[in-house]
Amino acid sequence: MPLYAALIYSRDVDWTLPEYGDVMKEYNEFGQAAAAVIRGGNALYQTATATTVRVTGGKGGDVVTSDGPYAETKEALTGFYLLECADLDEAVATAAKIPAAWDGAVEVRPVIEF
Amino acid sequence: MLATLIRVIGDIDLAEDVAQDAAVRALETWPRDGVPANPRAWFLVTAKRRAIDIIRRETQRAGKEEAAMWGADDTHDPPLEPPDVVRDDLLRLVFTCCHPALSLEAQVALALRTLGGLTTAEVARALLVSEATMAKRLVRAKQKIAQAHIPYRVPPAADLPARLSGVAATVYLIFNEGYAATGGADLTRVALTAEALRLGRLLAELMPDEPTVLGLLALMLLHDSRREARLDVEGDPVLLPDQDRASWNQAAIKEGVELVGRGLRRTPDHPDAYVVQAAIAACHALAPTYETTNWDAVISWYDVLLSTGDTPVGRLNRAAAVAERDGPAAGLALVDAIGGLDGYPWWHATRGELLHRLGDHEAARIAYQQAISLGINDPVAQRLQRRLTDLP
Repeated sequence: MPLYAALIYSRDVDWTLPEYGDVMKEYNEFGQAAAAVIRGGNALYQTATATTVRVTGGKGGDVVTSDGPYAETKEALTGFYLLECADLDEAVATAAKIPAAWDGAVEVRPVIEF
Repeated sequence: MLATLIRVIGDIDLAEDVAQDAAVRALETWPRDGVPANPRAWFLVTAKRRAIDIIRRETQRAGKEEAAMWGADDTHDPPLEPPDVVRDDLLRLVFTCCHPALSLEAQVALALRTLGGLTTAEVARALLVSEATMAKRLVRAKQKIAQAHIPYRVPPAADLPARLSGVAATVYLIFNEGYAATGGADLTRVALTAEALRLGRLLAELMPDEPTVLGLLALMLLHDSRREARLDVEGDPVLLPDQDRASWNQAAIKEGVELVGRGLRRTPDHPDAYVVQAAIAACHALAPTYETTNWDAVISWYDVLLSTGDTPVGRLNRAAAVAERDGPAAGLALVDAIGGLDGYPWWHATRGELLHRLGDHEAARIAYQQAISLGINDPVAQRLQRRLTDLP
């Protein structure tokens, strides 16, 4: 069955803070309900903790790191799930149950399997 | 045939290629060996074997052992499919081509190319883009279907109404693209109305009990019945009150009205928006003259339409019908009460017309000018311009 990445775009906050406990509870509920199709995934720390890496001048060139995410946006990539579903319809139906779907957005992308 | 191949092979591009190969083989072998007893089965078997060859070669090259194709191992001849298999394959293809995960642009292109059978060049001409752009758009859409695994199946009953209204919207968009074109250089676009009608008939054949489908076909037929009367000898548009009703296509009207009846019988409790719009079009189609239009019926149908979805544009159309029944002052009061249409040229054009009828020429002038400045389409703008110069 095809694999899909469900990329979670939501408020760029520290999800470990107690004030987000209710949201985390919703994610746990989703995780249990969708356990049959979830193959992996994690929440990410805030984009303030991100480091963007580039190598200039081609492979083997200078490593240039910069503080912050690749793209500075109001809603940031804050986590992801790896879902194994029969087809896009099932993946979309599953993604629609991720709390970010009503508090942000979820991008569903098919995974290339080598 | 293509729809069946797509199901068997599971890839639109490959199915198109092997169908072409099979056609070439038929041209080579049928004159020599005679036409096979069952040409359809021969064609499917030939195309399928060719697809298996191609996939075997490609999977070997990619070092993959697993067959990337459903039923790839099953090389025995398929039995002759009963008609309902063909019907189901087409139906699946409809829902794949009009899947909401594809952009509307891509849905339109796929519907015309894959369901309508137009060539890429024809689709490009009809949609006013270059052939290269259209080819790219089609390739991207087919890639997304394959890579994201957009399913090739009829949606479950619970999702059907929403998915069906998506399919209808795509076909109706194709119809309107053609209907908005006026002729002359736009003739290739006019052919889009014929394509949309063909798709509408296909849907009605595939889903004869779905009111949305019946209403969509009825609505397109009833609009299209006025095609001859819509333009004068110079090619300028003629509005409904001034059209020569003798040139309306009575066969299309009859078919459309019958479909409205069938659609209504299937929607006793929640009316379908397409059926209701077709019912309004039927009121006009059945009136011998504009003056004898049954405005009570038209207004009631607009009330029903607003109950399926209350939009400012729907209310504007209802107000125009009220103006015909109860006079311009009653209509204007309703038009002015609709909020949020300041940027909509037809709102200003309707106001201008009603103010004009009430003799308020200054206010009418301002409203006409606003409609024109908001970019109402050219022929109507010319007509409003004439109105402006005629104002005292």
